[in-house]
Amino acid sequence: MTPLVTVDHLVMRFGGITAIDGLSLQVPRGAITAIIGPNGAGKTTLFNCLTGFYRPSAGRILLHEDDGSERDLTRLKGHRIAREARIVRTFQNIRLFGGMTVLENLLVAQHQALTRASRFALAGLLHTPGYRRAEREAIELARRWLAELGLTAFADTPAGALPYGTQRRVEIARALCARPRLLCLDEPAAGLNPRESAELKALLTALRDAHGLTLLFIEHDMSVVMNVSDHVVVMNFGRKIAEGPPEAVRRDPEVIRAYLGEEDEEAADA
Amino acid sequence: MTAAALAAPSPLALRLRDALAVTLLGGLLALPFIGLVTVEEGGALAVRTRWSAWAMTLAAIFFGRLALRAALDAWHTRRPARKRAAFSSTDAVLRRAAGTSLLAAALLLPVFFGDNRYVIDTATTLGIYVMLGWGLNVVVGLAGLLDLGYVAFYAVGAYTYALLSTQFGWSFWEALPAAGALAALFGILLGYPVLRLRGDYLAIVTLGFGEIIRVVLLNWTSFSGGPNGIGGIPRPSFFGLPFARSAEGQTFHEFFGLEFSPMHRLIFLYYLIVTLALLTHALVSRLRVLPTGRAWEALREDEIACKSLGINTTTVKLSAFATGAMLAGFAGVFFAARQGFISPESFTFAESATILAIVVLGGMGSQLGVVLAAAVLVVLPEVGRQFADYRMLVFGAAMVTIMAVRPMGLLARREPTVRLNPARSSAP
Ligand SMILES: Nc1ncnc2c1ncn2[C@@H]1O[C@H](COP(=O)(O)OP(=O)(O)OP(=O)(O)O)[C@@H](O)[C@H]1O
Ligand SMILES: [Mg+2]
Repeated sequence: MTPLVTVDHLVMRFGGITAIDGLSLQVPRGAITAIIGPNGAGKTTLFNCLTGFYRPSAGRILLHEDDGSERDLTRLKGHRIAREARIVRTFQNIRLFGGMTVLENLLVAQHQALTRASRFALAGLLHTPGYRRAEREAIELARRWLAELGLTAFADTPAGALPYGTQRRVEIARALCARPRLLCLDEPAAGLNPRESAELKALLTALRDAHGLTLLFIEHDMSVVMNVSDHVVVMNFGRKIAEGPPEAVRRDPEVIRAYLGEEDEEAADA
Repeated sequence: MTAAALAAPSPLALRLRDALAVTLLGGLLALPFIGLVTVEEGGALAVRTRWSAWAMTLAAIFFGRLALRAALDAWHTRRPARKRAAFSSTDAVLRRAAGTSLLAAALLLPVFFGDNRYVIDTATTLGIYVMLGWGLNVVVGLAGLLDLGYVAFYAVGAYTYALLSTQFGWSFWEALPAAGALAALFGILLGYPVLRLRGDYLAIVTLGFGEIIRVVLLNWTSFSGGPNGIGGIPRPSFFGLPFARSAEGQTFHEFFGLEFSPMHRLIFLYYLIVTLALLTHALVSRLRVLPTGRAWEALREDEIACKSLGINTTTVKLSAFATGAMLAGFAGVFFAARQGFISPESFTFAESATILAIVVLGGMGSQLGVVLAAAVLVVLPEVGRQFADYRMLVFGAAMVTIMAVRPMGLLARREPTVRLNPARSSAP
């Protein structure tokens, strides 16, 4: 499978801490890739580099365009990653526009298209047919994702007033409204109850199979990782210690040592 | 949900409820304007009641509102479904009713107090503060950028008009757009260096900016007249007709065959600020439901999430600063034209603080809240004049009380800019 993104010898240092230490990996196109690893392994930092929030200390992140050309994402600043590379993410601690309704959250995600249609507010102020059509289409896209994620009933509720599990789904819906090519989810199953967790698994596979999206997600919940991912990358101390299909990774002795290390030590202590 | 939808009141019941709400508010407002009248009795002023006139007003409001509602609904049914959110919630109905009544009261004020210089003057001042409040609301209430130097843009507008008119003979209407543009430019100039700042830091830098502008105006005597200010600023004319007892050309009272009265100019100024404020309101409420406005609010809620969705937060911040500054610039032009004289003394930090208090007190982001808060902050000190010594005390106590009782401001509830399910949202 051709990769969509190649991370090449990435290094991210914060003062004395090296959060990512020469990490290389590939995100296969049209597949679900899971990133796992103990707390502090550098998973979220990888996301922050990938989505333009951090400028890596060294290394490259290449996006492979459909026409075969490559683009170094580390040169693309902040908001332009979502806009031009169409890589959109969610956050480990949910970041919704809490005071705004769910539908408004989903419209903000379509800011680019709507602003262009509103001719930087001019056509919007004049309420031209062109702008009205763009707004209708934006609402329609939001409506489709709301329906797909079972959120239609909450469309007009302030996002901050929703239960935790629902907020996680709203954040995914919002990211989807930004029309991503690569969707990055930071611990999407955290804080979900078993039913919500099962729904998430179904959603992730549907996004891959029905919508042709490439997914990259960080997760601690092994049942989700083992059930839905095509490819698993294991990180520890900023390095990749293993990668491969879920079953292979699960049996990898290095992974068992690193990932379950704490439990082993506890067992040894006893 | 379904049960609630089935049990939803019929359109007629909703219309009656809406009309009743409007009548109630209208009645309250009409009570002093129409229900009471002052008459001179043997040299002393006495108050008489006019209950029949008041009752007729109520009836007119009630039936007028019913008819208006029916007409509006007929109009709205021809539009897309989501536009039909007229009865989305009682709250929205009340808000709209309050807005309409306030507008009616504002337009009718000179009809009832046309000969009362004091009332018209206070109302004009109130108009300026409402406009400034709506302008600052864009920056603080919507975009969530704490700006303590807002008065600087007001000063830019005022001095632009003062200089353009006294030095180059520009008229009010010519100077208005120029001053707005210049103030917006200053907004961007301030915006750039503070892009990375938030909260307290932003507040301190904007505070400094406001003071810099004032100190420059105070010391650059050859340019701004320094502490002496600029006098002899031309008053706006009525489309070329001056409000003077006599002039070279025709004057306002000659043209309309009226007897000369100094009140004509004051009433004209009053209507001018009402118009400017209404235009401000229309612009801000329209911007709020456009992508620009939603991005402002999103920025207030979470800047990092904005970036992750591809929003250029630099542009969003600068557009908020520029819009707010432009509106302050317009208000400044009006202020200079009304006073005829300006000096740096009118643009101190206390002004910025008052405007900010109006926005915070009103409930950040609420347009109606700004009007109420401005009324409290402008009218309360006036009413308290007889207790001169305790005035600031009462004023402070009132502010503390409001913030204690309603920490989110007088009107904290936010109206969504768009709805997916207008019918359902009224269900609890
Ligand atoms: N902005 C920052 N400044 C300084 N150190 C940071 C910063 N961001 C991350 N780190 C450090 O980098 C290391 C990796 O953190 P990161 O958040 O990427 O871990 P993680 O794998 O996502 O862990 P978790 O599973 O707990 O979310 C940690 O030691 C963290 O303290
Ligand atoms: Mg993390």
